[in-house]
Amino acid sequence: MTETTPKTIPADAPAMRSLVEKARIMSADDMRRAISRLSHEIIERIGGPEDVIICGIRTRGQFLAERIVKKIKEIEDVRVPLGILDITLYRDDLQTVAKQPVVRSTEIPVSIVDKHVVLVDDVLYTGRTIRAAMDEVIDFGRPKTIQLAVLVDRGHREFPIRADYVGKNVPTSQNEVVKVQFAEVDGADSVVVLEFEEES
Amino acid sequence: MKILIQGGRVIDPATEHDGIANVLIEDGTIVAVEPGLTAEDAHVVDATGLVVAPGLVDMHVHFREPGFEYKEDIGSGARAAARGGFTAVACMPNTNPVLDNEGLVSLVVRRGKEVALCRVHPIAAITKSQSGNELTEMMILKEAGAVGFSDDGVPVESARVMRRALEYSRLTGLSIISHSEERTLSAGGHMHEGAVSTRLGIPGIPSASEDVAVARDVRLAEITGGRLHICHVSSARSVDVIREGKQRGVSVTAEATPHHFTLTHEAVMSFDSNTKMNPPLRAEEDRRAVIAGLADGTLDAIATDHAPHADREKLVEFDHAPFGILGLQTALPLSLEMLVEGGHLDLPSMIERLTLGPARILGIESGTLRPGAAADVVLFDPDAEWTLDPSEIVSKSHNTPFLGRRLKGRALLTLLEGKATWEDDAMRSRITIPGNRNPGRTALPA
Amino acid sequence: MMADHKSLLGISELEPEEILEILDTAEPFKEVQARSIKKVPALRGQTVVNLFFENSTRTRSSFEIAEKRLSADVLNFSVSTSSVAKGESLRDTAQNIEAMNADMIVMRHGSAGSCHFLDRHVRARVINAGDGQHEHPTQALLDASTLREKLGKIEGLKVVILGDIDHSRVARSNMFLLTKLGAQVTVCGPPTMLPAELEKLGVRASTDVRKSLRDADAVNVLRIQFERQHEPLIPSIREYARYFGITQDKLDELPNGMVVLHPGPMNRGTEIGHDVAEKHAGTILRQVSNGVAVRMAVLYLMSGAEVQN
Repeated sequence: MTETTPKTIPADAPAMRSLVEKARIMSADDMRRAISRLSHEIIERIGGPEDVIICGIRTRGQFLAERIVKKIKEIEDVRVPLGILDITLYRDDLQTVAKQPVVRSTEIPVSIVDKHVVLVDDVLYTGRTIRAAMDEVIDFGRPKTIQLAVLVDRGHREFPIRADYVGKNVPTSQNEVVKVQFAEVDGADSVVVLEFEEES
Repeated sequence: MKILIQGGRVIDPATEHDGIANVLIEDGTIVAVEPGLTAEDAHVVDATGLVVAPGLVDMHVHFREPGFEYKEDIGSGARAAARGGFTAVACMPNTNPVLDNEGLVSLVVRRGKEVALCRVHPIAAITKSQSGNELTEMMILKEAGAVGFSDDGVPVESARVMRRALEYSRLTGLSIISHSEERTLSAGGHMHEGAVSTRLGIPGIPSASEDVAVARDVRLAEITGGRLHICHVSSARSVDVIREGKQRGVSVTAEATPHHFTLTHEAVMSFDSNTKMNPPLRAEEDRRAVIAGLADGTLDAIATDHAPHADREKLVEFDHAPFGILGLQTALPLSLEMLVEGGHLDLPSMIERLTLGPARILGIESGTLRPGAAADVVLFDPDAEWTLDPSEIVSKSHNTPFLGRRLKGRALLTLLEGKATWEDDAMRSRITIPGNRNPGRTALPA
Repeated sequence: MMADHKSLLGISELEPEEILEILDTAEPFKEVQARSIKKVPALRGQTVVNLFFENSTRTRSSFEIAEKRLSADVLNFSVSTSSVAKGESLRDTAQNIEAMNADMIVMRHGSAGSCHFLDRHVRARVINAGDGQHEHPTQALLDASTLREKLGKIEGLKVVILGDIDHSRVARSNMFLLTKLGAQVTVCGPPTMLPAELEKLGVRASTDVRKSLRDADAVNVLRIQFERQHEPLIPSIREYARYFGITQDKLDELPNGMVVLHPGPMNRGTEIGHDVAEKHAGTILRQVSNGVAVRMAVLYLMSGAEVQN
């Protein structure tokens, strides 16, 4: 999930606000190094690439997951299975939104039973997306473990959820948005902090 | 008592009068129609900017009494008539029991007189119980007050019975008023058969079911020399058949309803059961043909086919709903809009189709402002705009597709033998009572 | 967007983009069908009433399984014709269901426009599961979903709808859907089963099966709705089967392959030959599975909190 989806804008937000870039907290090189470290940590902690499934959460978690899978291939010469999760149907706000969000498919190419499922998302914030993702994964069978890797942990958790692998911890205010940009869709890799500003 | 209607545009098709004039009424009778006329001790009605016409005549209403008083009764129906500008109506006999004997026919006459809000003329059944077999005692029913004969609601299926009825009409001098429909073609249908019924999947009623029946009846009138009147003509081909019949000298008259010249089957797209009537709303080509028929005189009368049904009867699935809609309170504005404003008939011709035309077919005295005639008069404002909302409707039922429609033209005062049967609030400031020089905020005696 | 609609009453009131929105949304739901736990929590806490005035095991089961796979609370409310005969009107029934606080009502009813009627009398959203001879929108959507799987797209396809067109809500919903999405539609059947002025609906009407099939990509074979006919419209089933039945020999004459759809239940030997039914069983059963996914998509898209109109 990207942090710029409308649901993350507070309901009492004034109508005319725009996002203004405040700081660039990771460069493309920073991102590359962080992804490399995350990949190493995952293999190390689990004890090898066997029985690992990397599951990216649509949309930006998917790009991160693809990078991790690629990195593990470099490190271990093993291509671990890549899954893509669309958690829309598991969101906890479906009964309150007027317009149902677009559903895309979830693609998990192998059985997850007795496997280590590593959920991958770009930013960890309230933890609600991860709760939905865990519920969805369990509907595919009983994994041995579910672990969580994120590029940025920005705090402000609303659920008792923590990441097992973190690229960078970034203290933020709730008025800010952390945006992870990927070359695939944004032209270049970077992580920026944006802030809502009143428009005149 | 004297009433002087001053300064209105007086249109009386019977005398071919059309111009600003004053109308003097004394003791319920028209005394004179002249410009500049004055009178001592008269109630004065300022009709400036209004049209003064003979009270409207509707030769086709269903007042549902006896038997279906929960839908309408002669009182509520007559009130709706008065409010719509009508001073005479002819009631169809498809009541329960059917108006097929002199007792029931006299009952309707008597109830009409008790109610005294408009002249209520009974039309008696052609066949006993409207069952299509045996003719009613038409001469006796005429004596009792019948002004015509009809099995309306159902057609006379047997051509032989229809032939006999038409033959017998030469004796009564009254019209056989035919609901012309070939049931073997129309049965099971709920709307006009065409692109809309195909789209909606509602079984259709083909125009041909009307056309072949009209053709049969016109031909039977021709061979019998009887008096035929065709009810609620709705299809282009039926208009053609009637026109040709008239050209051949057949004694045939016909009527059309405001809904058939206002709406088409497109109105059914909403599945509103208030767009369901028989014959059904047809295609645009038919609607235009009906208007053309009224314009060239092929169709002699505008009649409403006022057919009340209780709200709960219409608040059902389209195919479960009964046929029929209200008409009395919308006939005048719809005629003004579709026929006069639409540029098809001039105002005197439109008034003729709503007064003298139907009065002649029924052989009744109504429909003129000729001195000596009963003072049945309507004053209407052809430009008054209003919206038909439920509070306007005085029928017991509310089944009209025109609810919420913006209408133009409104009856403001209806007089029956010089007595007000309907007076709009807008008239109050136009009426001066004798001895009071100032326009009073007052009403005419009812 | 489907979110702008309170109810799904028919294909005729949908924009092409809305039809595509449903078809696209159905795709991820097809994937849900393949999971070990075929259930997602999207409609948790919502009550869906299946209000069926006509017997229909297939459509009702398909809706029910779709609702259950979305975690909705499901209430089946079958109204026998006898209780209607006892005098309860559709309005009474609607008010009773309204009092149970249903969020959605899936209705099948024998009268055209009955879903429009219900929609005007309840706050709940209404999904048309077949109203008389008028529409059966989810059937047309599942047919389209299957056609997209088989042929990749709808636009530009040549589709024949064959059989008892006049009495078929499936035919009407399919005509509306296919023409809206830019397919060329030919409806074909005996003249007594073709309703009036079909050409005004943007389709071609034909009574020649072989000619209609010649350059078509797909044919949707309808069954004869004897229960809706109040008079004999064909001289015999034998004659119908010979002239209008889809038989292998008719398909063998065609230069190209043909996708054969059938909304079921099939009358083998009447509108569809035994061999054709066997050969195309895969597609016809695929329609059934896609029916669940399409209905899940509709239920999901219609389940938003706020009713706009």
